[in-house]
Amino acid sequence: MELYINGIGTLGPGLAGWAGSRAVLAGESPLCEAAPPEPSASVLPPNEQRRSSETVRWALHVAQEAMQQAEADARDVASVFASSDGETGVLDRLCTALATPQRTMSPTLFHHSVHNAASGYWGIATGSQQSSTVLACYDSSFCAALLEAAAYVQIEERPVLLVAYDLPPPPPLYAARPLRGGFAAALLLTRTPAPHNLAQLDLALSDDLSENATSMDDAGLEVIRSGNQAARSLPLLAAIARQCVTLVRLEYLEDQHLVIRVMPC
Amino acid sequence: MAPLILSRYTVVSALGKGLDETYRALRNRRSGLRPCDFEDAGIAAYIGRVDEVEDVLVGGGSASTGLEQFDCRNNRLALLGLQQDGFIQAAIEARERYGAHRVAVILGSSTSGILETEHAYCHRDPATGALPSSYLTSHRYTHNMFSSAHFVRTYLGLRGPAMVISTACSSSAKAFATAARFIETGFCDAAVVGGVDSLCLTILYGFASLELMSSGPCRPCDEDRDGLTLGESAGFGLLEKSEHAGQPGAVALLGYGESCDGYHMSHPHPEGTGAIRAMQAALLRSGLTSGDIDYIHLHGTATRANDSIEDTAVHSVFGPSTPCSSTKGWTGHTLGAAGVTGAVIAAICLTRSFVPGTVNTTRIDPKLRSYVLLENREQPVRRVLSNSFGFGGNNCSLIFGTV
Repeated sequence: MELYINGIGTLGPGLAGWAGSRAVLAGESPLCEAAPPEPSASVLPPNEQRRSSETVRWALHVAQEAMQQAEADARDVASVFASSDGETGVLDRLCTALATPQRTMSPTLFHHSVHNAASGYWGIATGSQQSSTVLACYDSSFCAALLEAAAYVQIEERPVLLVAYDLPPPPPLYAARPLRGGFAAALLLTRTPAPHNLAQLDLALSDDLSENATSMDDAGLEVIRSGNQAARSLPLLAAIARQCVTLVRLEYLEDQHLVIRVMPC
Repeated sequence: MAPLILSRYTVVSALGKGLDETYRALRNRRSGLRPCDFEDAGIAAYIGRVDEVEDVLVGGGSASTGLEQFDCRNNRLALLGLQQDGFIQAAIEARERYGAHRVAVILGSSTSGILETEHAYCHRDPATGALPSSYLTSHRYTHNMFSSAHFVRTYLGLRGPAMVISTACSSSAKAFATAARFIETGFCDAAVVGGVDSLCLTILYGFASLELMSSGPCRPCDEDRDGLTLGESAGFGLLEKSEHAGQPGAVALLGYGESCDGYHMSHPHPEGTGAIRAMQAALLRSGLTSGDIDYIHLHGTATRANDSIEDTAVHSVFGPSTPCSSTKGWTGHTLGAAGVTGAVIAAICLTRSFVPGTVNTTRIDPKLRSYVLLENREQPVRRVLSNSFGFGGNNCSLIFGTV
């Protein structure tokens, strides 16, 4: 199945923004493991920026970067959001409140706890009424989202913004799900070539696991990749950055590989 | 779209286990709602709780070991669902027919097994604040949002694409749309679709904090309706191409429509534009017009805002004469599982020539302009549209019919 990448947003340690990340992933500049800057998520009105969770701001920050790069109008673009663990910061506060005798819950906290908080805020910020799907597939969440986005682009013939994101949970939940660092990546996908194409993808599912899934050559990048489902997009992003024909294999659960042929545009 | 056959389907809710008990409760107008008796929740409300969930043993299945780690209320409810109406056998036959890699598992849930985390937070180490070690190892298999699909695909021995869709109350309706796309693109040949959501303190206290819960059993579309009643359910369908499973009279997914409000996190768009868009998209995809729909299964949560705005949207697409009703007075609002619960009720309407009215409701709100049924009907039903609208303004409409 063929599709095109038209815009990319990234936020992670040493990988804040596509321009800088592209150079790192292409091997043109070294990975400087600086803590990523605070996401601006300026697409949100100031009062919503204050009320929204850090997770939402990470997701919307990269979403906005990909859309701006492609000069796309969000009102024409469907979205697929992928997060393994969702609003863990909110869930921690909520479960802490429920463990007290009063069980006092704030209504704002409750409606920020849903797994689709980022998707909801994206809709509110952009006014888009296009379909938005929010999914989880543990460490394969990015891969599942790429499959969902590709199927949507193909069948519905509409551009799709894919946003994958997860932040390390706060303690004590961190011990249950030790995600090493925050990461968010966004891709704008279209079915047909567009002026801002960064790459063409041809993807297929395969149950031939005889070859290893693609990892990162750079040890620092490999640590990032393996520590967060959203960072499992890095082999694909690196292939796009290098601008040469590359075959990327992403693990989809333990049973299949999503095999992606990446071609420069 | 080419119709996709729902070759097997089932549901467990407060109405009972499986199709026959569900149909009987609908036909006899026996509501499954009762005063809240969930754990020690001090909530002045009714709930739609499923009996026997506590007694389900999570084990067995196609995997020889390791199923015990999935044990939690949400997966017990999922297993109780799988065990009805021969669903497990049908899924195993599909696995043998298509191959394990060619059968997907696409489910919806809003809160997954969060109840386990709620319990764990009550047992934190007083000195360190740490959660119990047994919880730390089970978190992935219970509370993590992928847990229910992970459990179901492990139980059924399936190895195709899988995910949990979590868009609040439209989750398991959207699972049908994603599964249809996956079948059409060839990512799989068949899909186990559906969803599960179980009662937990988060939703009981959360909806109470939003002041969206009725103190009595909910009364959809009543002029004095005063909020929703929460419930729990698990429902599953096996979706296949018609050339493989198209027996005459079979129930099929004919269309789906998805949209967002782009308006507010917990309040629907006042003019219902997102809902209208979802229903119109479903009609367009099925190649049908509004006059082809015999019955609309409303989202119908019984909050003031939902029922009034959904009425505006339904009236604008269908006008004043298409019969519609909400079954939330029977089951309660089962959140992420509401979509598949509506889908299975739609299938019951199609196969048993039956249309449910509305229970607990005494007088339909005279301000509503759609044709809301109070009483049940016995009549042939060829096509049903079912609505699911969620927090975050996420909407999905499904159309089912017989082929």
